[in-house]
Amino acid sequence: MPARFDIWTTLTEPLIRQNPVTLQILGICSALAVTTSLATALTMSVSLTVVLTLSAILISLIRRHIPDTIRLIVQIVIVASLVIVIDQVLQAYLSEISRALSIYVGLITTNCLVLGRTEAYARHHAPFPAAVDAFGNGLGYSLIVLVIGGVRELFGRGQLFGWQVLPLTDAGGWFTPLGLMLLAPSAFFLLGGLVWAIRSVQPEQVEAPEHVPPADVRPAE
Amino acid sequence: MTELWALFLSAAFVDNMPLTLFLGLCTFLALSRRPESAIGLGIAMTGVLGVTVPLNWLIYEGLLAPGAWAWAGLPELDLSYLALIAFIGVIAATVQLLEMVLDRFFPTIHAAFGVFLPLLTVQCAILAGSLFMVERAYTLAESAVFGLGSGLGFAIAVGMLGALRTRLAYADLPAGLRGLGIAFVLTGLMSLGFASFAQMAVSP
Repeated sequence: MPARFDIWTTLTEPLIRQNPVTLQILGICSALAVTTSLATALTMSVSLTVVLTLSAILISLIRRHIPDTIRLIVQIVIVASLVIVIDQVLQAYLSEISRALSIYVGLITTNCLVLGRTEAYARHHAPFPAAVDAFGNGLGYSLIVLVIGGVRELFGRGQLFGWQVLPLTDAGGWFTPLGLMLLAPSAFFLLGGLVWAIRSVQPEQVEAPEHVPPADVRPAE
Repeated sequence: MTELWALFLSAAFVDNMPLTLFLGLCTFLALSRRPESAIGLGIAMTGVLGVTVPLNWLIYEGLLAPGAWAWAGLPELDLSYLALIAFIGVIAATVQLLEMVLDRFFPTIHAAFGVFLPLLTVQCAILAGSLFMVERAYTLAESAVFGLGSGLGFAIAVGMLGALRTRLAYADLPAGLRGLGIAFVLTGLMSLGFASFAQMAVSP
């Protein structure tokens, strides 16, 4: 455990510098699947942040009592119970959005972000730092999801949160919606571009080349 | 039979797990750096999906679905909200069991992709297979075919991405795009390609 716990750094570090989606490769599936509109993206971010923070607190509270060998199962069961609660709440009060998110709320259980943070941080830290770290990571995830969701909804439908921002040609305006933005590939391109943008600002995140071309093998003469 | 074949093809290509449904992307991106590990992951995925989806079907229909306890005089009991915990338990147990069996009887195969097996517990594509099975109300045969088909689709996609990323050695990429960035762009391009399968159907 660090000697001094700096709440501000723990909270802001995962926003850009240690962003869970663009640097740690955690929680990508849901980040892409729910971003066709801002409303679903926002619901997903809030649900994920709640589950993440609560599970971090719970697991951190019982961290001294979990045997190492079965810790994965214990963690998964705690996360799954929290997800079931969230799912039931969404179905009861926001049934329309719950239908739009379909199975992706259930998939928060296997969202590697939740398990990754409990495994890497909450398991070794006191409840309060664990909660701050989880909340920060939730915010970092939400930031990416909201940016991508905003871009896709704005250019795909000309709307933000369902409000018509850009007047469509169908309704006498000038904007022709970009259908590709609502399909799967655009999410990959946007996220790739976002990773590029962040790494241009933060050059220390740049990865070493994965493969080097084999040395020039000309037949010896 | 034709219907099962059509379901198999649609699970493998039309509704490809990573490329059109965004499922299992974390391991998809993290383990596709080398073709060998990518193919190992693909085989493990096919095996685990092919086993867990029908197994979860049996558990859901036999224990959890509304009315499943009618024989015990409890026709109104609806345990379907427990499906999530039951499925994840079955998946974790299957993965653990598969690892032990492979370790005991096929040590060479186990050594080849032993590292990826435990990771599959938290693979969203595997849990999603079971959740889709409930949502779309498959029969037992359909769920087995669906599991195998989506596993194969995953294996094809991850193998292709692994091969593509090796070829990147010859590309002069901007520094910021190296690694994760270009992997996303490649996945997007592959996803565009797989979109052309959307119109595919089996003629009767």
